[in-house]
Amino acid sequence: MNDITQTLLGVVSDWDGSYKGAYNIREDGGCAGRQSSENIKIESKNDNPGIVIRVSSKAQQETVYIPACVTHSGVSDLVYNDFIIEDGADVIIVAGCGVHSDGEEEARHNGIHRFFIGKNAKVLYKEKHVGTGNGEGAKRIDPVTDIEMQEGSYMEMDTMQISGVTSTNRLTTAKLGAGAKLVIHERLLTDNDEKAKSDFKVDLDGEDSSVDLVSRSVAKGNSYQEFYSTLNGNNKCTGHSECDGILSENGKVIAVPALYAANIDASLIHEAAIGKIAGEQIIKLCTLGLTEEEAERKIIDGFLK
Amino acid sequence: MLELKDIRWTTEDGEEILKGINLSVPDGKLTVVTGPNGGGKTSLAKVVAGLYKASDGKIFIDDNDITDWSITERSKNGIAYAFQQPVRFKGLTVRDLLEISAERTLSSVEICSLLSEVGLCGREYMDREADASLSGGESKRIEIATVLARKNAKMLVFDEPEAGIDLWSFTNLIKAFEEIKTDHSRSLLIISHQERIMNIADYIAVVADGKVSRMGTREEILPTLMNETGSACCSLRNK
Repeated sequence: MNDITQTLLGVVSDWDGSYKGAYNIREDGGCAGRQSSENIKIESKNDNPGIVIRVSSKAQQETVYIPACVTHSGVSDLVYNDFIIEDGADVIIVAGCGVHSDGEEEARHNGIHRFFIGKNAKVLYKEKHVGTGNGEGAKRIDPVTDIEMQEGSYMEMDTMQISGVTSTNRLTTAKLGAGAKLVIHERLLTDNDEKAKSDFKVDLDGEDSSVDLVSRSVAKGNSYQEFYSTLNGNNKCTGHSECDGILSENGKVIAVPALYAANIDASLIHEAAIGKIAGEQIIKLCTLGLTEEEAERKIIDGFLK
Repeated sequence: MLELKDIRWTTEDGEEILKGINLSVPDGKLTVVTGPNGGGKTSLAKVVAGLYKASDGKIFIDDNDITDWSITERSKNGIAYAFQQPVRFKGLTVRDLLEISAERTLSSVEICSLLSEVGLCGREYMDREADASLSGGESKRIEIATVLARKNAKMLVFDEPEAGIDLWSFTNLIKAFEEIKTDHSRSLLIISHQERIMNIADYIAVVADGKVSRMGTREEILPTLMNETGSACCSLRNK
């Protein structure tokens, strides 16, 4: 793999020159390295570009890395990855993406991930996105995530867009079976003229299923963000979605939450708050010795941590 | 020595709140500013910390004119200020705030020690976000701990530290103030109505209607306050 990929891997995943356990590294639409483990098998798909990751029920607290990097302009990478998590498995999936462009043309990664999570399985999904390079071509990352969770399963999604992504369109859909629990922590930082759209649709189909969705965003410069969330309570369930946005300079954020309760025992909550950093927060940190600029940076870093 | 000379402060609406405050806060001593509600005590504390800019008058610390210094400059030069109403942060933990204040990484033992001074169990609180999930009393105690963490501060300003704090935590706080006082290396300026705080003061200043109406040693001032039947000053004599 090239140097840019190595640098991007260091930013978006735990890359220190190697991975322990199973991994698949995607570079400019091709495979730059792959390794299966005893309990996690990775195979190429036959019908589309992409891979199938099969996690055995014997996998317990094992990690699999599936980062993807685009390292120059003129690349539009589309990949379909399926994750099949067997009943009772416990797996950590690190799926960062970095897009680099030094040219005029667009550099783009479009990852379509489908999760099939078995009964009582547990998944921690970590996804970090970054754009780098000084090219005028757009750096785009457009992830689509479809999740099917069976009875008693648990999934935690920890997703973060750090900086430099010109445009992103993130679509996440989930269907939860009985007793399944989905926890989503999303953090988005946009600056300059960047645009980000994040759209969640969660169907709480099973009895006692639950979702906890927290999105924190910071829109700086002239950037623009859209946040949509739809929680459908189709059974006895609990759902909570929260959107907190910080505006800086000319940043703009629109938050459109929707709750649909189709069962008398569905309990759904939404919270949204958008605004600039509270002046008193800046002042408090100044009384602790920070300058206004340092205080703002500290508040934003903490907010997105 | 902190000195305020003829300090005036007027709100944006044109109302003059501080009407010529003259006050000296000696080094290594505990000075309590008390007085009726609305008399200008909190405004005075905010002018000292730089949150409000005096419309007239001068502020000196160790003979340096700090009147035009920013909040940050004052903090860097030894003034620490505890808000009456604590500020909440989404995303910043109690540990983050204490480390910002201390200007270094703190060990868990150090954090526990700081938080125990305000009656909190460090292990329970250090990694919690300093947000609305904390009660008013918890936030208040953490606010005070952020000031205690500024070990290089030579002037600690507390605005009604007793407000919202339970009796047991308040006892711890009194001990912390007494220890600072015993050390003599730092000065305390405390806005308070609380008799237990006034009982450990070296000096007491009474601020009313935007002016210092009286100032003297505790022995000189406290008895007169206690004898003022119906005075607002000591409405919270026994918390």
